[in-house]
Amino acid sequence: MNSGEFMFRVRVKSEADKDGEGNMPKKIIRHATSVAACSTACLAVALAAAPSAARAADAEPIRIGIISEASAIVGVAIPNAAQLAADEINAAGGIDGRKIEIISYDDHNSAADAVRAFQRAVNQDHVVAVVASYISEVVLALEPWSARLKTPLLTPGAASDEITRHIHEDYEHNKYTFHEWLASSSIAQSICDASHDLFVTGYGMKTTVVMSEDAAWTKPLDDRFLKCLPEAGLQVLDHIRFSPDSTDFTPIFNQIEGKKPDVIITGISHVGVQPTVQWAAQQVPIPLGGNSSQSTTSTFWKDTNGAADGVVSFDGAAEGVATTPKTMPFTEAYVKRYGVTPAYTGYSSYDAIYIITEAIQRAKSTEADPLVTALEATDHVGTVGRMQFYGKDDVFTHGLKYGKGLITGLTIQWQDGKQVTVWPENLATGKLRFPPFVKVKQAAAN
Amino acid sequence: MLATQILVDGFAISALYALGAIGFTLMFGVSGVLNLSHGATMVVAAVTAWLVANKFGSYTGAAAGVVAGFVTAYVTYFMIVRPIQRSQAIPSEEKEIFVLTGTLLWGIMIQEAIAYFYTDNPKTVRPLIEGVVNINGVRTPSNEILIAAICWGAIGLLWLLVNKTRAGKALLAASINPRGLTLLGFELSNIYLLVWTIYGVLAGIAGVLLATFLGTSSSQTGQLTASAFSIVVLGGLGSVSGSLLAAYVVGYLETVTAYLITPEIRSMPALILLVLVVYVRPQGFLGRR
Repeated sequence: MNSGEFMFRVRVKSEADKDGEGNMPKKIIRHATSVAACSTACLAVALAAAPSAARAADAEPIRIGIISEASAIVGVAIPNAAQLAADEINAAGGIDGRKIEIISYDDHNSAADAVRAFQRAVNQDHVVAVVASYISEVVLALEPWSARLKTPLLTPGAASDEITRHIHEDYEHNKYTFHEWLASSSIAQSICDASHDLFVTGYGMKTTVVMSEDAAWTKPLDDRFLKCLPEAGLQVLDHIRFSPDSTDFTPIFNQIEGKKPDVIITGISHVGVQPTVQWAAQQVPIPLGGNSSQSTTSTFWKDTNGAADGVVSFDGAAEGVATTPKTMPFTEAYVKRYGVTPAYTGYSSYDAIYIITEAIQRAKSTEADPLVTALEATDHVGTVGRMQFYGKDDVFTHGLKYGKGLITGLTIQWQDGKQVTVWPENLATGKLRFPPFVKVKQAAAN
Repeated sequence: MLATQILVDGFAISALYALGAIGFTLMFGVSGVLNLSHGATMVVAAVTAWLVANKFGSYTGAAAGVVAGFVTAYVTYFMIVRPIQRSQAIPSEEKEIFVLTGTLLWGIMIQEAIAYFYTDNPKTVRPLIEGVVNINGVRTPSNEILIAAICWGAIGLLWLLVNKTRAGKALLAASINPRGLTLLGFELSNIYLLVWTIYGVLAGIAGVLLATFLGTSSSQTGQLTASAFSIVVLGGLGSVSGSLLAAYVVGYLETVTAYLITPEIRSMPALILLVLVVYVRPQGFLGRR
């Protein structure tokens, strides 16, 4: 449907758009016009401006491309947060006097559209790096293009272990890709660690059922779940994978209920509202834990009309919790500008722009190879924790390092319209509390 | 236990399918229009219900959703379908294809607009009746029972309208022989207006109920239209009782598949059935040929 020339480009609001009274205009959409007409016009202007071109080059902006799913709640946080970061950096003087320009593309949840956007970003818009997507299928499609076009690609939200596996297995070609988020297996490990403390120690739970959408990111997730959940003290009674297009979860919840587990551990990202609403409507007496990406943003409460109450989920960072000194100022700035809390991708997207900025400053260049070397040396305290990338010899080459002192993620629970952090203990702002229809053994300690 | 579960679950979802499909088949039967923006109309009703329910509660939201349903139907009729039907530039043999394409594109426009303003995240409305009841050991949300009741109530009212009122009989006549009807002095344009009104209300109700039951999003508009389309073809294009029968066949086939085989392939048996029926009996279960 979209040909390379007729792609919608969505330019996110920036400080420069404010009118005289400091008001933001509505979202600006530019239609890409015919390339031939544009290039002829550009050529004419360039020729006319040739003498002043040399002087102007120093003040040329540094362009960073953002490819994301603008109509998805988790996707739109990526360009929103990136623009916020760019505006902050520009207000502080930019990168050695050069301003950052964010160019956004909507990939409509399609890997094919994302690839076209990537090609356009590199070849026509001359971006120095691309921050893309939370969908593993999309990022896996972009990875070879990052290699072919030798342009750094960071993903702030996709999780599949395959991303770093490709980099590890063919470093020379794929070194331009950076997995700036936790791999599925790390997310699973974090959930297992949290489940041990919260469910096993806290409630004496012994059994669970794993319920995941059938997508690229959940294959390594589920593999790790099946290993680490029993180690954490939860026997896995059943493992259900459902189509991401599912809309009716009644049979699935019935199947799970038949096994009588103490808790359901989910791996869901593409779906979220429907299974949660139906869980509450059917009053399934089993708590929901694990990962529910959509539940990480504040609109989730509204979208589910409060059915989210009691849902427990892994998250990168959360409202009101100072994972690092940068977390809360970012969350406040994001809410002030966009009216909702950022989805998990917002935190890492914001950090991605800062990481790229620092790398350019370290490398003193925007060329791809020096930039890659500089990115590898990243040691940045972001909003989700201390961010470093695994090296060439580690299994998860160019993935974010997981662990205490670096990034562990945290666990939130929706309570009365608010996200309460319940794990780890040093960041917790509250305790687990379940809606009345959920039957949990009120065990020991807590 | 499982049998009761399947019976109850299947009944509610079939009733919802039926409501959606009946509007669709009525539209085709009476005015010959295959409205491919059907799914989009339902989603508009659902999203409107969600928006209004957020501030004013579920009941007001539901009412607003139904209103949004028939407003969308009217807009579709006056802006897309009628201009094509009355156009001098399009040869009459091609008008149906143009209407098909026009409504398809219009449906896509609606879908993109909803995604733009409200994201493609599914929207839900709090159930109109909260709580669960126990039917023979099966824990069923009361809302599901309400949905089945409303669907059958609407279908019952429609039956009364078509068979007992003058306007309804004119509708029936128009679907059999529009020419003959005009010779008897009926204004066809009034008939069409009536059919679009009924269609809009039915689609609006279906959309709102869908929002309270499963939730729906802008990315499901295509699936909803396809689902209604296949049920209608299965039952026989233009036959209301055929659509009712087909909706229950499809609803139960899906439910049985989801419970007894696996939820992942729930829509497959219905599609296989569709292929078989089109091959063996192309007019559908109860269609006229």
